[in-house]
Amino acid sequence: MSILDWFAKKNDSVVVERSKLDIPGNLWVKCITCNGVLYSKDLEENNKVCPHCGHHFRLTSKERMKLILDKDSFEEFFSTMQPKNALGFKDTISYDERIKKAKKSSNLNEAVVTGKGLLDDYEVVVGIMDFSYMGGSMGSVVGEKLTRAIEYATEHNLPVIIFSSSGGARMQEGVLSLMQMAKTSAAIYRLKQKNLLYISVLCDPTTGGTTASFAMLGDINMTEPNALIGFAGPRVIEQTIRQKLPKKFQRSEYLLEHGMIDYITERKDMKPVLSRILGYTSHKKISKGNNNGN
Amino acid sequence: METNKYILEFEKPINDLYKKIDELSILSSDKNKKELNLDISIIKDKAEKLREKVYSNLEPIQIVQIARHPERPLMLDYVKNVFDDFLELHGDRYFGDDTALIGGFSNFEGQPVMVIGQQKGASTKMNLYRNFGMPQPEGYRKALRLMKMAEKFNIPIITLVDTPGAYPGLGSEERGVAEAIAHNLQDMAGLSVPIISIIIGEGGSGGALGIAIGNKVAMLKYSIYSVITPEGCAAILWRDAGLSSVAADSLGIISEKLLEMKVVDEIIEEPLGGAHSDRQKVYKKVKIFIKKELKRYSKYSKEKLIQERYDRFRSIGEYYE
Ligand SMILES: [Zn+2]
Repeated sequence: MSILDWFAKKNDSVVVERSKLDIPGNLWVKCITCNGVLYSKDLEENNKVCPHCGHHFRLTSKERMKLILDKDSFEEFFSTMQPKNALGFKDTISYDERIKKAKKSSNLNEAVVTGKGLLDDYEVVVGIMDFSYMGGSMGSVVGEKLTRAIEYATEHNLPVIIFSSSGGARMQEGVLSLMQMAKTSAAIYRLKQKNLLYISVLCDPTTGGTTASFAMLGDINMTEPNALIGFAGPRVIEQTIRQKLPKKFQRSEYLLEHGMIDYITERKDMKPVLSRILGYTSHKKISKGNNNGN
Repeated sequence: METNKYILEFEKPINDLYKKIDELSILSSDKNKKELNLDISIIKDKAEKLREKVYSNLEPIQIVQIARHPERPLMLDYVKNVFDDFLELHGDRYFGDDTALIGGFSNFEGQPVMVIGQQKGASTKMNLYRNFGMPQPEGYRKALRLMKMAEKFNIPIITLVDTPGAYPGLGSEERGVAEAIAHNLQDMAGLSVPIISIIIGEGGSGGALGIAIGNKVAMLKYSIYSVITPEGCAAILWRDAGLSSVAADSLGIISEKLLEMKVVDEIIEEPLGGAHSDRQKVYKKVKIFIKKELKRYSKYSKEKLIQERYDRFRSIGEYYE
């Protein structure tokens, strides 16, 4: 249901903000939280965090990777997988058209990038979701890529870090999308059976079926400040309970208060914190020239 | 035929014919009995033919209506009529007891099982008590507690799914309904006893899936299983909940389609007119199904049960490499 919010947001500032950032030559960006006018280059250099109010703008999977993994260490898995219109789904346009459009506007084959790489010389398997591809929705490809990545980690005794940013299950693939929740969660079960580490970083926004599956299952659940994290969309909840929702409802700090999140970190500290967790959990850095992991 | 209070739009022509039969029966006297009886049997024949015609060409949105029919048998009706007994167990041990998602020990033809399912209310009053079959985190946590207990005592788990979805409420979010569902999906993957799931009415998204990680997942013929309600889907895609019939067509939520996509393994037949038109018949079919599955799984090792369940969900999905 929370894909509601993605569609609702399509028309407001959040997406406008993103497209502004993506247009080269567009030098100035307005912060949607403090209304401050920011020089694009400054914003990029500050990891897309507003220098005035600390608003964390959304990152693409590419930007996130650059921030988290050691330079040139990433090796992508299953990059050629593409979605299929198994139901022959059509809304205002057909799902096939939607797939083409999403590919063109995001320059991605799907809403998640998976692979392995180094984080401060720790070998890790990562999944990074990208909200710019159909609202980060989870269909068969997202489920399959994440499951394969988790299975790879299970087989090779590696820790897994997944950055989610997703409106939930993808409607256009119907129940097949729903089943990806079961598939990914079962893979996480097997990873944990081997006492391997799983860190879930719930990025803005993570809702619906994504939250109700792998994203809430981290040994450690982390997030950035003020990220929207929930199951049902706020509008649906308001309609159901017929009362206004509390301030900061379904935001990072609110979830932390209610015991759902281990740790909130600002973006600049994300990598160092992840590195520390890998250290606490007895992972060994690889020495250069030896890439056999631990 | 049982007589029903609630008549769906597409059932009206059939119902009108039966009304006529009732009228004729009242008129019937000794004198004209023979004639009238002949008329009645002709009309009855016509009504049954019409029912057959209507039910063999149902639109998905009509199946949605049958799945939500106010007189459709509910979880506890199955418990009462398919199982020998029931000892309901309450509470998640953390916060409370969910009245929408219930479970307990039961005997199935003398064999102990754990039965778990969503229970809607049969009346407005009961629906308020049952929260319209929409569970909160406590329900999922209780369900998992009972499933782990079943594993401990090596008894099979049978889940009966009938929910519009998990409850979209303030407390439900605060207490982590997403985490509760996710936890079930994760831990059900590792249970070493058979899990048999039957969608008996509405299989509403994650709220349904949270107890439906079965080795075998079956569906009553006129039940539905969907990632989102047709109304919700229409509201999002076309901003018009009135287009829910189009959404119902597109989402692939009916049993035949789901069998084709291997999301369900078997369809349990319902009489023409839906489960509510002949309950005993449906209870019998469900009983036969459970008996067959329990017999089959009695020969499985723990490892095989876990592996089969993993593979079942592992293989679902459509994509290009
Ligand atoms: Zn700002």
